[in-house]
Amino acid sequence: MRNTVQKIVQKAGNDRGRLMDILLEIQAELGYVSGEVTDQLAEELGISRVDVEQTLSFYHFFRQEPRGEYTVYLNNSLVANMMGRVEVAAAFEKEAGCKFGSVTEDGRIGLFETADIGMNDQEPAALINGKVFTNLTPLVVRELVSGMRNGKKVEDMIRNYGDGKNGSDLVRAMVHNNIKQKGSVLFSAYSPGEGLTKALQMSPEKVISEVKDSYLRGRGGAGFPTGLKWEFCRRANKEVSYVFCNADEGEPGTFKERVLLTEYPHLIFEGMAISGYAIGAKHGVLYLRNEYDYLKAYLESVLEEMHEKKLLGDRILDTEEFGFDIRIQMGAGAYVCGEESALLESSEGKRGEPRNRPPFPVEKGYMDHPTIINNAETLCNVVKILKNGSEWYTMLGSQESAGTKLISVSGDCKYPGVYEVEWGIRVKDILDLAGASNIQAVQVGGPSAECIGPADFNRTISFEDLPTGGSFIIIGNKRDLIGDVVTNFLDFFIEESCGSCTVCRTMPTILKNKIAKILTGHGVQQDLEDLQDWGSKMKMANRCGLGQTAANPVLSTLKNFREKYEGLIRKDVDFDSGFDLASAVVDSCEHVGRTPNL
Amino acid sequence: MSEKIKFTIDGKECYAEPGQTILEAALDNGVYIPSLCYLKDVIPAGSCRICNVKVAGRFMTACTTPVAMGMEVENDIPELNELRVSIIEMLFVSGNHFCPACEKSGNCELQALAYKYTMMVPRYPYLFPEKKPDSGNKKLFIDRNRCILCKRCIRAVKDEQGRSLFAFKNRGNELAISLDHELAENISDELAEEAMEICPVGSILKKEKGFQQPIGHRKFDKQAIGSDIKSVIK
Ligand SMILES: Cc1cc2nc3c(=O)[nH]c(=O)nc-3n(C[C@H](O)[C@H](O)[C@H](O)COP(=O)(O)O)c2cc1C
Ligand code: SF4
Ligand code: SF4
Repeated sequence: MRNTVQKIVQKAGNDRGRLMDILLEIQAELGYVSGEVTDQLAEELGISRVDVEQTLSFYHFFRQEPRGEYTVYLNNSLVANMMGRVEVAAAFEKEAGCKFGSVTEDGRIGLFETADIGMNDQEPAALINGKVFTNLTPLVVRELVSGMRNGKKVEDMIRNYGDGKNGSDLVRAMVHNNIKQKGSVLFSAYSPGEGLTKALQMSPEKVISEVKDSYLRGRGGAGFPTGLKWEFCRRANKEVSYVFCNADEGEPGTFKERVLLTEYPHLIFEGMAISGYAIGAKHGVLYLRNEYDYLKAYLESVLEEMHEKKLLGDRILDTEEFGFDIRIQMGAGAYVCGEESALLESSEGKRGEPRNRPPFPVEKGYMDHPTIINNAETLCNVVKILKNGSEWYTMLGSQESAGTKLISVSGDCKYPGVYEVEWGIRVKDILDLAGASNIQAVQVGGPSAECIGPADFNRTISFEDLPTGGSFIIIGNKRDLIGDVVTNFLDFFIEESCGSCTVCRTMPTILKNKIAKILTGHGVQQDLEDLQDWGSKMKMANRCGLGQTAANPVLSTLKNFREKYEGLIRKDVDFDSGFDLASAVVDSCEHVGRTPNL
Repeated sequence: MSEKIKFTIDGKECYAEPGQTILEAALDNGVYIPSLCYLKDVIPAGSCRICNVKVAGRFMTACTTPVAMGMEVENDIPELNELRVSIIEMLFVSGNHFCPACEKSGNCELQALAYKYTMMVPRYPYLFPEKKPDSGNKKLFIDRNRCILCKRCIRAVKDEQGRSLFAFKNRGNELAISLDHELAENISDELAEEAMEICPVGSILKKEKGFQQPIGHRKFDKQAIGSDIKSVIK
């Protein structure tokens, strides 16, 4: 064991900045990172044990104790619940003979939960030793568990492969692309190198101005003008700079990057190379969420192929002046690492805690070098803009939002999947495309954005009206909006906060308790005022977008569905302590063996 | 000497050295901006959020934001003070703070801030989290019930080789401070003392000697936190 660890550390150049890779590799070899291994790592990297532990304990997929020969991570997102996760979970527990959060006595099967794995269009889904299993049913679960009991290889448990590259040798996943609508920018004809060739005929400054003229705005959620970001970075004018592609895709309900990575990886990498040329960077990093580990080998083969074709490497397209390479950085399970500065921290082997700004990454990013971070979809757009020109691009979309957008549609509808639409499309039109009816609400932009009701279905998907990073969750009439939706989203933020800021660490739990009070019939008018007042503090007093938006599930439903809350609270009294004596004494009564005398 | 940067806090004309943060400059100009995680000469964390000020309508942490020429900072205004009290209240309900029995009472910055803002009882329901104290070290006792996760100890307490004695563990509402037992095994009495002083609350205690001054004679028993700042107006 000591030797294995030593070799892995040496391979990473004894560099503490590579701690993520080191830990992931140790885990792949040894199953988990024991206390003994942690000590050895501290010694070899010349840091304290607690410094190793702080990274190790931050990420969901790192294990400090054995989690079974077969480790099941069942997705617990809202849509998974809507599609029958509860029955699937019960089947896992019954068949395996252990509860979620534990490992069977023989150490064979571990059952764990995880937040959104990017498969909302084929839920319930789970990761088993890194492989994706979709559309689970209790029947399938029985088969899977029996396979595990018999020592079957996980690869061999996959019955049939998905469409497109999902079925290729290096992927072999049962995931389906579910591309439901192709548009004229992203899901359109493409042969690798077209954009790059055009770009290299221009000066870097001209490439930047072309991107600026296209009015391309970031597709990761914040909508920052891409050309402007590049210009800031180029202006920093330092010897070394970096391009990062954000493929963390953590916002519950988005899965469009999954499809881009599967079917259009060349497009993403080419976009990175173009941006590298524009800002004067020689190195690019694709930050890939751990949930998409099943695509890693395939993506690496694409990188190799692009090197061979001189689309990457020392002398791209045989030019003297431009060389660019890309490496893949794996995440280890943390939604907050999609936040750009947390992504950099993570890539440096640390906890994924967002940084204070200023300085911004364009001045001081990865290892303190100027860095741009762009969403994978943004970078794909760049290639097409270079190929067809900014004028062509601005013809598409709405007033303030040029181009097209990939929307990940899931929830209560007939055709979940990825739709490429022009910006400015009405919510209603997407609902029609997806074959949705009897709809109570749509969560546009994921838990951190807005929950709207039918009165707003004429609104448009655009930066000027309803912006979205791509998540579009349809919630049918039969769903319990507060009990199921709001509570699930709050749980998500509670689990995913990095914990740095007082308010983000504390308030979501306070709000959740308040909602529980209302749901158990103890709510009064004042509780609704409190939810509003307390929730609004999140925006004011947190460092990053996670904390600033984590109260939105409450605030936006309070705004758009207030009658649902009103219907749950007591109107006969002004005050209800919410204290239930009977349930408060259950434990102690049980302990001393008597029934409460109330 | 380099050019001073002119800016204002609540209308008062102030001057900053280039690169100075709003908080540092405020202190130099005799203006008190309440803070908890801030520690002089140590990289700011920007995590407690109590030093929140407003600049051009936007909330910013004074401890991390550099002063810019002509900046108009809002500090002592009802909106911000309300926010600060609410943060202090959150710190109280998210830990287990029993001030009368705490060694640090009177020297505790959290308690002092609560007094300053005349907090009577937190508006938020107590969360009563279960927190495990760490008594396994010879020199130091860590009472996580009182820890406000300000990161001061992580940033400021290092061994001779620059390795941190403290670090965070876990994340979100399970975030906890942890002490490296091996490194802390042989620390000097001075470093142990320093660690205890660096902690704004009573979470880090030096074993065998928890306090020296009796209650009633401690720092904030005599004067409110921050009340010494205004006296240095230049
Ligand atoms: C909590 C949080 C999570 C985020 N997750 C992602 C993500 O998964 N993918 C992404 O591209 N951007 C994400 N972002 C936005 C990034 O911080 C950043 O704005 C984006 O990657 C910039 O790329 P763009 O300008 O191309 O959109 C997230 C932001 C926050 C606050
Ligand atoms: S807002 Fe939340 S997630 Fe963001 S830095 Fe603060 S604690 Fe971390
Ligand atoms: S132990 Fe003290 S100094 Fe360290 S984080 Fe907790 S409160 Fe801050």
